[in-house]
Amino acid sequence: MASHGCDGKDWALYPHDADIGVRGCGDDPAEAFANAARALTSAITPLSNVAAREAVQLACSAPDLDVLFVDWLNAVIYEMSIRKMLFAGFEISIEDTALRATLRGETVDIDRHAPNVEPKGATFTGLRVAKGPDGRWVAECIVDV
Amino acid sequence: MDLGQFDRIGPYQWQIPQSGGMRVPAQIFADETLLRDMDDKVGEQIRNVACLPGIVTAAYAMPDAHWGYGFPIGGVAAFDPEQGGVVSAGGVGFDISCGVRLHVTNLAAADIRAVQDKLAHELSRAIPAGMGSRGSIRLNDAEMADMLAGGAAWAVAQGYGRTADLARIEEQGKMAGATPEAVSAKAINRQREEMGTLGSGNHYLEVQRVDQLFDDAAARAYGLAPDQAVVMIHCGSRGLGHQIGTEYLREMAIAAPGHGIDLPDRELACAPITSELGQRYLGVMRAAINCAFANRQILTHLVRGVFDRFFDAATLDLLYDVSHNTCKEERHAVDGVSRRLFVHRKGATRAYGPNAAGLPEALSATGQPVLIGGSMGTESWVLAGDARSEAAALSSACHGAGRAMSRHQAAKLWTGSGVTSELAALGITVKSPSKRGIAEEAPGAYKSVARVVEVAEQAGLARRVARLKPMICIKG
Repeated sequence: MASHGCDGKDWALYPHDADIGVRGCGDDPAEAFANAARALTSAITPLSNVAAREAVQLACSAPDLDVLFVDWLNAVIYEMSIRKMLFAGFEISIEDTALRATLRGETVDIDRHAPNVEPKGATFTGLRVAKGPDGRWVAECIVDV
Repeated sequence: MDLGQFDRIGPYQWQIPQSGGMRVPAQIFADETLLRDMDDKVGEQIRNVACLPGIVTAAYAMPDAHWGYGFPIGGVAAFDPEQGGVVSAGGVGFDISCGVRLHVTNLAAADIRAVQDKLAHELSRAIPAGMGSRGSIRLNDAEMADMLAGGAAWAVAQGYGRTADLARIEEQGKMAGATPEAVSAKAINRQREEMGTLGSGNHYLEVQRVDQLFDDAAARAYGLAPDQAVVMIHCGSRGLGHQIGTEYLREMAIAAPGHGIDLPDRELACAPITSELGQRYLGVMRAAINCAFANRQILTHLVRGVFDRFFDAATLDLLYDVSHNTCKEERHAVDGVSRRLFVHRKGATRAYGPNAAGLPEALSATGQPVLIGGSMGTESWVLAGDARSEAAALSSACHGAGRAMSRHQAAKLWTGSGVTSELAALGITVKSPSKRGIAEEAPGAYKSVARVVEVAEQAGLARRVARLKPMICIKG
């Protein structure tokens, strides 16, 4: 499992035997979290396939930043699941270990989006939220699909 | 995997001796090639499982084991509540009660071949599959609670299938001890539109033919004959199970220090079986098992409806339905003493030998059918539980082929169109909304299931009965 950043990009998917690793990078945790959510969508369908038509608000809080990251991805997965939506836009603000976000996306169109996998849940495996030596934040974990 | 860390304690049994925080040894059932090909993470994870409180005998990994989260996929571990034993949401996983059911038909492969493309098309229309698909059944809160308490028995009472099906499902299709009232509103919301849906990833519905028999007597007892058409379904508890896994993994990980549990990996999130949290998880996990039973039962009903439109008097009799992501309370002999244990099987199949309690009379003399889903386009297997598996691995066996490479690697090596064409040339019709999904599930992305089941047989976990080859594959 390579785990050193996004190689100059904002997000990356990285391999796991059966599932998928999602990684987001950014100047602060909020940007890294938002980019990891973009990675999550890109595991399902190309981001450019998803139109930011509808907005969904969510909030979550956790005992620490690591758990907050897992909670964040799971909150996005929950909204995907109950609304049958995919999201391409993520605006996040984080205060201490509480998060508020607006997701923007559209209802799944099975023919057009051809969803590749269905995320079941974000896991604590490979979980890392940290500031790298280059000053950029990285947030990553394995998502069960 | 580095073989240097193992003692070879049998021709197909490798042991990592107890050391450090390990409370019991860790054992992997494999031949040298399968073991060498396993990721080092499997060894690390099975050692971590051996550190959990109240574990008995050993932490086991089956021949198809691969890197999971917390537990390896293919992991088996049993815990004694009287010895501070734990129940682990990570040890069951997100797809609670994911499992396989197999139906035997009165049709021959030639009957399927005559209508193959049309049948595949109609099955793909009737079975909601893939992310974003919606089932046609909507349950209100009271109906949802009844479903979570009643499982497949609830489904049959609603007209989905037959009473005779229930005897052929683990727990007769209804897991006792479920607590629907403790299931969160979020978990219920995730299930609202997902009753009777197949899901995604490695879940599938296949029409298969019996390709070869390995044990004629067992095959007769199971109603299997050469060239017969059979139908296999692989799926689980859908959004409800995923949400319960999500919620309890988090809660158990955070609560572990308060229970005096030092987790070597947070994903091993667990709680003492006797604790309020442990008991609450067991109740909702059992509700998710019932959700999976009901879901697969509804899918059976939908498949029968399609077959009825194509064939006069087609029968799809359920051979068996068995889960491979569960924690079950069972009695096992440990050092000659029968003990009440909570057996976690994550990507491992319960494999009761002949005459085990709880088996239907017609299957008792042969042992429990152990259903092994193979990769798309290769083969699936029917095994029979082997009495020796009780002592070897708490009556457990493998569950599938196990991935040989990541989805990422597979998508680089194959295209969905290419895989579909190659399988079509082999007489296999694949229907899926996602070409990339087909590429990621390409047959070459999985280990040889044939070798996995051969090793399972040689290790005394389960006996080979029949090899099944796919004809139609519906994937999410």
